[in-house]
Amino acid sequence: MKDFLLVYRTDYNTLPKGASPEQMQASTKRWMDWIGGIAAQNKLTDRGNRLVPTTGKVVKADNVIADGPYTEIKECIVGYSIVKAATLEEASELTRGCPILASGGNVEVREINVI
Amino acid sequence: MTELIPHLFRTEYRKIVSVLCKLFGIAYIEIAEDIVSDTFLLASELWGLKGLPENPTAWLYLVAKNKTRDYLRRHSLFAQTISKEIKRKTSTLEEIEIDLSSKNINDSQLAMMFVVCHPCIPAEAQIGLALNLLCGFGVDEIAHAFLTNKNVIYKRLQRAKEKLRNEKIEIEQPTLAEIDHRLSTVLMVLYLLFNEGYYSSSQDSTLRKDICQEAIRLTNLLIENEQTNIPSANALLALMCFQSSRFDARTRENGETILYQEQDTALWDQQLIANGEYFLDQASQGDSLSKYHLEAGIAYWHTFKTDTKEKWENILQLYNHLLLIEYSPIAALNRTYALSKANGKWEAIIEAEKINLTDNHLYHSLLGELYTDIDNGKAIAHFQKALALAKSTTDKMLISNKILECRKQIDK
Repeated sequence: MKDFLLVYRTDYNTLPKGASPEQMQASTKRWMDWIGGIAAQNKLTDRGNRLVPTTGKVVKADNVIADGPYTEIKECIVGYSIVKAATLEEASELTRGCPILASGGNVEVREINVI
Repeated sequence: MTELIPHLFRTEYRKIVSVLCKLFGIAYIEIAEDIVSDTFLLASELWGLKGLPENPTAWLYLVAKNKTRDYLRRHSLFAQTISKEIKRKTSTLEEIEIDLSSKNINDSQLAMMFVVCHPCIPAEAQIGLALNLLCGFGVDEIAHAFLTNKNVIYKRLQRAKEKLRNEKIEIEQPTLAEIDHRLSTVLMVLYLLFNEGYYSSSQDSTLRKDICQEAIRLTNLLIENEQTNIPSANALLALMCFQSSRFDARTRENGETILYQEQDTALWDQQLIANGEYFLDQASQGDSLSKYHLEAGIAYWHTFKTDTKEKWENILQLYNHLLLIEYSPIAALNRTYALSKANGKWEAIIEAEKINLTDNHLYHSLLGELYTDIDNGKAIAHFQKALALAKSTTDKMLISNKILECRKQIDK
């Protein structure tokens, strides 16, 4: 089994603003049911985390620091998880049903090369 | 009298052994056990001839104290070794205090609990030792509970005691710094001890109930002590209370298992359910969330027999969280069942096909259950696979009944 990083990307502007508690609960349920399904296959290494959407910086050479253009771009990283699978295909298969896909986002699947 | 001595043996043997062990040190555990066994031997001889003493427990304590003093007098070298430790408190050998007060008994049992659950011995041996030293079960009874023979258990216990001796484990409560780490092993052993009683395939339901009650008693000892009264211990006790509440409802007189759905709720022990709610409430203080919290939460929702959307949605989310903390096949299967109740059978079937525990009879039972009324042919095929994999007669009987029910549905 190898570890794969799942990177969730979406356009923050497409996410519903001012969601009601019920909507937030429904969204949490979709994520938990999906990630719980991966855990039930014993293929979850780390549930990972969400990223704070409003702040961030990008540091470049010569100490040039730019406030991250996070909310402007269409494919903004919103979170990550680590799963385990035998192959990249199997890892990609696990993303089926990921709630980010339903809201127009995508999941990048990358094999982790352990240092 | 024939009833009283085994009863006293169960309740008092472990107490005196704990106190003496704490006094002597773990290296001399056998001396402690010999002294207490001798005390009980004398009781059974004398009480048979002369009748019961006025206060049998006090008699046992007095005789055990005298036998200990005699032993120390006759083995002065041993007395010297252990009195080095005790000397700080007493000046002469005669004054070595054998304190059988209820406070010292509780302290000693608590300290012994940490010894028995020391990480240096394997889990299986920890449970055996806990049954033997903390619960007063004989080798016969332990063998019966584990469905194995006396010799295996005897050897397992001897090896574990030797290990404790060699590692020179101190009989004392761990320091505050250690307690978190050590307590988690203690909780795990108590959890396994309870499960041994609750899920054992042994047909002896009295013995199984005794084991569960002992696990509850020991967990209670932790809660009565300020230092060890932590949220996860309360959560574990809540779990045990909720599970035990169904003890009388889940077996027929002939030993046959009654499934949850078919149980008579009038037989559920409401007092235990109320206790469980109290401890679950205590467990929610602080911000730690252990697997015992989640399992207790699941058990809590099972105290409501009626299926509601709320019940199964809560159970599903608790299983989701449990699996994120720790994967186990049984949690994966139960989660999928909860998914079928909360989100519908079709979604659960898709998820069940993914979890791939094909050599587990419970996996095929689950799929059989999910396909029932959707595709009874497939349901039967899965139940048949389950039947081939099941080991206990109880399981086989339950599965055969399911196959019959599916056949009836097809013939309709």
